[in-house]
Amino acid sequence: MQLLNKRPESLLDVQMHYCPGCGHGIIHRLVAEAMDDLNIRTKTVGVAPVGCAVFADHYFNCDMIQGPHGRGPAIATGIKRSKPEAIVFSYQGDGDLASIGMAEIVHSAARGEKITIIFVNNAIYGMTGGQMAPTTLIGQKATTCVDGRKPEVNGYPIRMCELLSTLDGVVYAERTTVHNVAGVMKTKNAIKKAFQNQIDNLGFSIVEVLSMCPTNWGTRLDNPSEATKYVNDSMVKIFPPGVYKDITVKK
Amino acid sequence: MSEKILMKGNEALAEGAVRAGCRFFAGYPITPQNEVPEYMSWRLPQVGGSFVQAESEVAAINMIFGASATGTRTMTSSSSPGISLKQEGISYCAGADLPFLIANVMRGGPGLGNISGAQGDYFQSTRGGGHGDYRLYVMAPYSVQELFEFPLTCYNVAYKYRIPSLILADGILGQMMEGVDISKVKEVDPKNISEPSWSLGVNNGRERRMVGSYDLRDGMLEKMVMERVKRYKEIEEKEALFEERLIEDAEIILVAYGTSARVSMAAVKMAREKGIKAGLFRPITLWPYPQKRLNELANKTKNFLVVEMSLGQMVEDVRLSINGKSQVHLYAKPGGSPIFAEEVYKAIEDIVKKGVKEYATVK
Repeated sequence: MQLLNKRPESLLDVQMHYCPGCGHGIIHRLVAEAMDDLNIRTKTVGVAPVGCAVFADHYFNCDMIQGPHGRGPAIATGIKRSKPEAIVFSYQGDGDLASIGMAEIVHSAARGEKITIIFVNNAIYGMTGGQMAPTTLIGQKATTCVDGRKPEVNGYPIRMCELLSTLDGVVYAERTTVHNVAGVMKTKNAIKKAFQNQIDNLGFSIVEVLSMCPTNWGTRLDNPSEATKYVNDSMVKIFPPGVYKDITVKK
Repeated sequence: MSEKILMKGNEALAEGAVRAGCRFFAGYPITPQNEVPEYMSWRLPQVGGSFVQAESEVAAINMIFGASATGTRTMTSSSSPGISLKQEGISYCAGADLPFLIANVMRGGPGLGNISGAQGDYFQSTRGGGHGDYRLYVMAPYSVQELFEFPLTCYNVAYKYRIPSLILADGILGQMMEGVDISKVKEVDPKNISEPSWSLGVNNGRERRMVGSYDLRDGMLEKMVMERVKRYKEIEEKEALFEERLIEDAEIILVAYGTSARVSMAAVKMAREKGIKAGLFRPITLWPYPQKRLNELANKTKNFLVVEMSLGQMVEDVRLSINGKSQVHLYAKPGGSPIFAEEVYKAIEDIVKKGVKEYATVK
């Protein structure tokens, strides 16, 4: 018998706490596979966020640090500037990155910090129980906008890849999704590229991954396809997947 | 051989930190501490270090969080409102047992206040400031020489006990120029310091490491906090520093730190010239507070006069130390206004000569 696939070495053999149908588990695995493929596990330092992925430091088999809500890119800046030979990534959700941590993500990008950002956008605050996120869609229900997000009250969702791609310090910004197989494959490649850019000392890279949150979206937990359908039918319209910036491509 | 040069307080603080091995600095402009980041911006690259002008105080302290976790000697500096902004990060660093150096060149407050010297951040510095049960090792320099020397002491204590350290200066000290004997600090080359057992980075196959401040498992947070408290107790026993002047025969002892101690010493001299036996007790560490020694002094001396540029903050520690044995008087002025030696002398006279029982500028 031939072993076709196994747990990546960069992912610890522990039970994760993520809900059924959540995308974090898939994205963790893709990050770990990318680390394995590039053989960087022993020189990688990861920054765990505050939010659903707060326990990421218990899952990745590399040096990890867990810091305050939204400050991942600042922490990553401190690590990378002190240990330039290390590969540093910050794993963040939408509340963490696009709300409370907006200044840190924008300025680390503007400075062109040589770090890798994994941004998981599921359009909701998951850990705290389903409040409106900066990326919550218009009309999407949340516990702090029970009738759905209304522009006149709550404003509009923020598109981070589009916003960050205007900054000269960014070398690579891509949005992908993990709601289908093609998206998962693309996400893996994007994450790998975002790490490779750091290995090549090029600059700031971000991969925004659209992900599912059946628990807080109120889609059926016993039917994950309801949540993947929401990504497919609604999220990708507001957050179109694609490469928003890639200066590594020769024109 | 002494090697004396003229230096500005803030620059002496920055140079002292570099000589103590600081190789990473992140900060944000705020008066009256701007010379510290300015100096670091060109000085650190000379020694292979790194300087970042952060987008905010919040980002600065989190850069320190990350850089300190790699075992690098780091520093951030600011002034009162900026230090308030850093409190979340300081609490996280304390919770993650990270050693580093913060400098607060205090200004008048609350709010935007003014940019003159003040001591209104005493409570914030010694009582935690941020959330949760934690302590900082707090040193209070009173001269440019001490601003130059204390970063090394701070790093030594901070690394020994894995605790953040704070230098509590003020706008007057930061802006004044004095001669500094630079031979007093033996230069530390970080390359000669062995890597801490907890630092993150390239691991070359060792066990992976984690730095953080949370644990949701039943009873584990308490265990983590209590282990830290043990270190705090040891610091309280071993690391309190103070200076005494003319206290042997003193009928009144002034208690003051930083700029207030300089003014108080001038008042003590005036009193001595007028035949009043006054002395000065100067806490050098504000946490741990030199409680034990102050308590001993209260066996003999019956009047203590606390002098501070804040409305009765350090006086609480003096009262806790003396614990009712002697009378504790208070000369307090709100931060942002200077204290004059003549005014302090007048208070000494009122207490010793006129026999005022409970002298206080603020009731």
